Amino acid sequence: MPKDSGIGASPKRREDLRFLTGTGNYTDDINLSGQAYVHFLRSDVAHGKINGIDTAAAAAMPGVIRIFTGADFEGVGSIPCGWQVTDRHGQPMQEPAHPVLAQGKVRYVGDAIAAVVAESREQARDAAEAIELDIEELPAVIDMKEAVKEGAPKVHDDLTSNLCYDWGFVEENKPAVEEAFANAAHVTTLELVNNRLVANPMEPRVAVGDFNRATGESTLYTTSQNPHVIRLLMGAFVLGIPEHKLRVIAPDVGGGFGTKIFHYAEEAFCTFAAKALNRAVKWTSTRSEAFMTDAHGRDHVTKIELALDAENNFTAIRTDTYANMGAYLSTFAPSVPTWLHGTLMAGNYKTPLIYVNVKAVFTNTVPVDAYRGAGRPEATFQLERVIDKAARELGVDPIALRRQNFITEFPYATPVAVEYDTGDYHATMDKLIDVADFAGFKARRAESEKNGKLRGLGVNCYIEACGIAPSNLVGQLGARAGLYESATVRVNATGGLVVMTGSHSHGQGHETSFPQVIADMIGIDESMVEIVHGDTANTPMGMGTYGSRSLAVGGSAMVRATEKIIAKAKKIAAHILEASDADIELKDGQFSVAGTDKSLAWGDVTLAAYVPHNYPLEDMEPGLEETAFYDPANFTYPSGAYACEVEVDPETGKITIERFAAADDFGNIVNPMIVDGQVHGGIGQGIGQALLEGCVYDENGQLLSASYMDYAMPRADDLPFYQVDHSCQTPCTHNPLGVKGCGEAGAIGSPPAVVNAVVDALQSAGKDVTHIDMPLTPNRVWSAMNS
Amino acid sequence: MYNFEFEKPATIADAVAALGAEDAQALGGGQTLLPTMKQRLAMPTKLVSLSGIGEMQGVCSNNDGSLSIGGATTHATVAAEAAAQYPALADLASHIGDPAVRNRGTIGGSLANNDPAACYPAAALGSGATIVTNAREIAADDYFQGLFTTALEEGEIITGVRFPVPEAANYQKFLQPASRFALVGVFVAKFADGVRVAVTGASEDGVFRWSEAEQALSASFSPEAVNGLQVDPANMMGDIHGTKEYRAHLIGVLTKRAVAAAS
Repeated sequence: MPKDSGIGASPKRREDLRFLTGTGNYTDDINLSGQAYVHFLRSDVAHGKINGIDTAAAAAMPGVIRIFTGADFEGVGSIPCGWQVTDRHGQPMQEPAHPVLAQGKVRYVGDAIAAVVAESREQARDAAEAIELDIEELPAVIDMKEAVKEGAPKVHDDLTSNLCYDWGFVEENKPAVEEAFANAAHVTTLELVNNRLVANPMEPRVAVGDFNRATGESTLYTTSQNPHVIRLLMGAFVLGIPEHKLRVIAPDVGGGFGTKIFHYAEEAFCTFAAKALNRAVKWTSTRSEAFMTDAHGRDHVTKIELALDAENNFTAIRTDTYANMGAYLSTFAPSVPTWLHGTLMAGNYKTPLIYVNVKAVFTNTVPVDAYRGAGRPEATFQLERVIDKAARELGVDPIALRRQNFITEFPYATPVAVEYDTGDYHATMDKLIDVADFAGFKARRAESEKNGKLRGLGVNCYIEACGIAPSNLVGQLGARAGLYESATVRVNATGGLVVMTGSHSHGQGHETSFPQVIADMIGIDESMVEIVHGDTANTPMGMGTYGSRSLAVGGSAMVRATEKIIAKAKKIAAHILEASDADIELKDGQFSVAGTDKSLAWGDVTLAAYVPHNYPLEDMEPGLEETAFYDPANFTYPSGAYACEVEVDPETGKITIERFAAADDFGNIVNPMIVDGQVHGGIGQGIGQALLEGCVYDENGQLLSASYMDYAMPRADDLPFYQVDHSCQTPCTHNPLGVKGCGEAGAIGSPPAVVNAVVDALQSAGKDVTHIDMPLTPNRVWSAMNS
Repeated sequence: MYNFEFEKPATIADAVAALGAEDAQALGGGQTLLPTMKQRLAMPTKLVSLSGIGEMQGVCSNNDGSLSIGGATTHATVAAEAAAQYPALADLASHIGDPAVRNRGTIGGSLANNDPAACYPAAALGSGATIVTNAREIAADDYFQGLFTTALEEGEIITGVRFPVPEAANYQKFLQPASRFALVGVFVAKFADGVRVAVTGASEDGVFRWSEAEQALSASFSPEAVNGLQVDPANMMGDIHGTKEYRAHLIGVLTKRAVAAAS
């Protein structure tokens, strides 16, 4: 029976009432008294030397308050990078300065050259058009392999080359991996591109800076997934504002998908300018600006090789990847192709030897950073594609080949430095075969063929490492931050709870699912619990929401804080009931003395905590408020098996997704409806990557896919109804909820299923097609069929 | 968007007069012009809205069996009101853009803009329609003159379009996945005196008639008649959504499908 409340129930999302009725409070809804507007003049060339910026005419335009250029930011810090990767030779990565406004050079189309602050948005834009620029265009580097060639134009003149780092993982494994390849019975090789994507959250980025001259406090309202991280990075590294004088508020945020994790120059600008001008300064990104300034995602070029023995056991994996960093290092960019990618190359398989090489490259393009899945989709895609290719080369069933190599014993230490705590990959595969109705595929293929269409079935597995992350571990790996989470649980006198969390909800439904956990622990109604997030002034230091971490890490902090609350409440109850603490039981919101009929309601105890007339004041402080920080002991490892069925029109190459099934193991589940929604959204983005989305620069660095006229987002009619199952549950062993996280799984698990299905369809018609790079546009499929 | 004057005349004569101002621009449904202005890529000093002119609205049948459509008639109205007389045209109109576009965008606006990937140019050229302006009548064969280029003079307004109604017709559109404009669209119309085939989305010169296919289909109106015919890829558009070769290939596929659907 489905539960109707608490953990395992699916109450409707309480936040949707405001989101669906236009009563949300997004950053662009915030308008402060005396607010001015900034328009950024952005580079229209990918690479150029700034010889001069003449702002005189523009400054005299109506409404202009002040025009800022790079010169105004001398002495201001560089936009920092939050992760330092160490290369194969033990050297730190090359880390260029990232100024708030361009200094000396522009390095991508969209790089901000000047900022016009005016009384209105239109006046700022008018004046920006009157700025006279003298920019000497320089040759741009766009292609990564060209960028690392000797003599290529340098994106950053003060670096030795465009190579950010050359990372080998695990470097010590390299000779053994090479030996395994030399001794392999079969080697399958695949070269592929993991296409560059633009995140495209529904809400574009917005920043409003404010300054209070009386208190000396700066406030930034911003579209962020992690306001505390922005406060720390911007305050400590860019503007030199101590945290107690800087407040960052990320109110309702309309989707992030990773691209709102990072600290952006526009945030620093608005905060800086507000203080300089003693006026609030607002920036609202247009959609066009979003395309050319939001950090992009993916953009890997990879060669993967899989070695097998004569019995088809995987013996080694070797990969060689070029990862695009863009023109500057975005906040977490260096970690994505390394620690979020190399560590996942074992996948669901007991391959004993793995070597991953990643060359991160600077190019004259927008910075590239985490996008839903971040490194893990790239790992999963190449691994699951090469396994499929191997199965076809060997003439074996791709599912059987996977099963034969599954990890079956846990905990399992991979050769790429992580330890999976739990999982059951056969169970999710069994479940997939059932929910995807593999038994009916043959008949469906025959029906498609009758209609002149090719039908294919693609299958893959995935594993992800999420619930990030143990701080001491990531510190060793180069993170310049901890990755704990925090919660303060404040119980009011009348029994209601306010939970202040460092996690940030920007579509995940925290305001609904978190109360389910806490209400369940106490035995009260969920409506008695309110979640507060997004404001550094009233929430404890938290690292924010990404990496499918909020329930596993933030939820665990809430559990720990609530445990403290319950322990204290029991002591209060014991005092009033004149019993021993150890004899107090809490059930359904009632404290009772074991073995007696004496009891007290939750509200009686909370009232006593704040009206402490009959209270052990000598032993205990009044009040009922507790804070907990939770630092996870390990990553969590959700896993699953996905299946996609496609039809291909052989005349045009057009693909339609006919069926899509997902069998996920997320451990314990708090709100199955929200989990379904997360998986649906992730699959939608994965199908978008596989079939539609592709960010394209021309050889001069002009962004060709700079609007929705040319960047294809998935629409409802591009997507099928999904069969989603998450009944396979191997609970996480190291967090108190036994949860693993579900936010990125869909985006990680779905692209290889789609491509595997298309290859299957084409091969069913005798076409010798082994791979097509994403997005699988009709043109690409048609060309592959006819080459 | 830059500032501009706005007028909404009630008669064609007043509209023509208003368009006499320097840098004045006619505004149909604004589905292309307004986004262009918001991007600051167009800066008319004055917009003259044609949507308040009653005589440019609606769909009606003429005594000779042809269909007249007012220049300011929206796609949604054409989809609804031309369905009985000219179902292929109504079907084309019902698949332009999305509901918001169809409820604002007009046939006159589309034909005056002559976007190389728009649908209406294929219908007008494929039907052998007559473009009626405030000054004259222009045969479709003379009207379309390349990308975003037409026979219209400065200030000339499309007041209506007259469509001969064919015996059979069909429009096949293959969507560009991002914009959902036609990557290639083919309009096939069979008249008593021959078949017309108009192709949009594909050519570097905008909408064009595929004369080889017309001859073959005039001789035998069947999909097989197109077998072996191939448009020269050299003059096709090539971009991130489709190569020249792919577009040339699609023209053949879509022509066959249009013939099959029309037969």
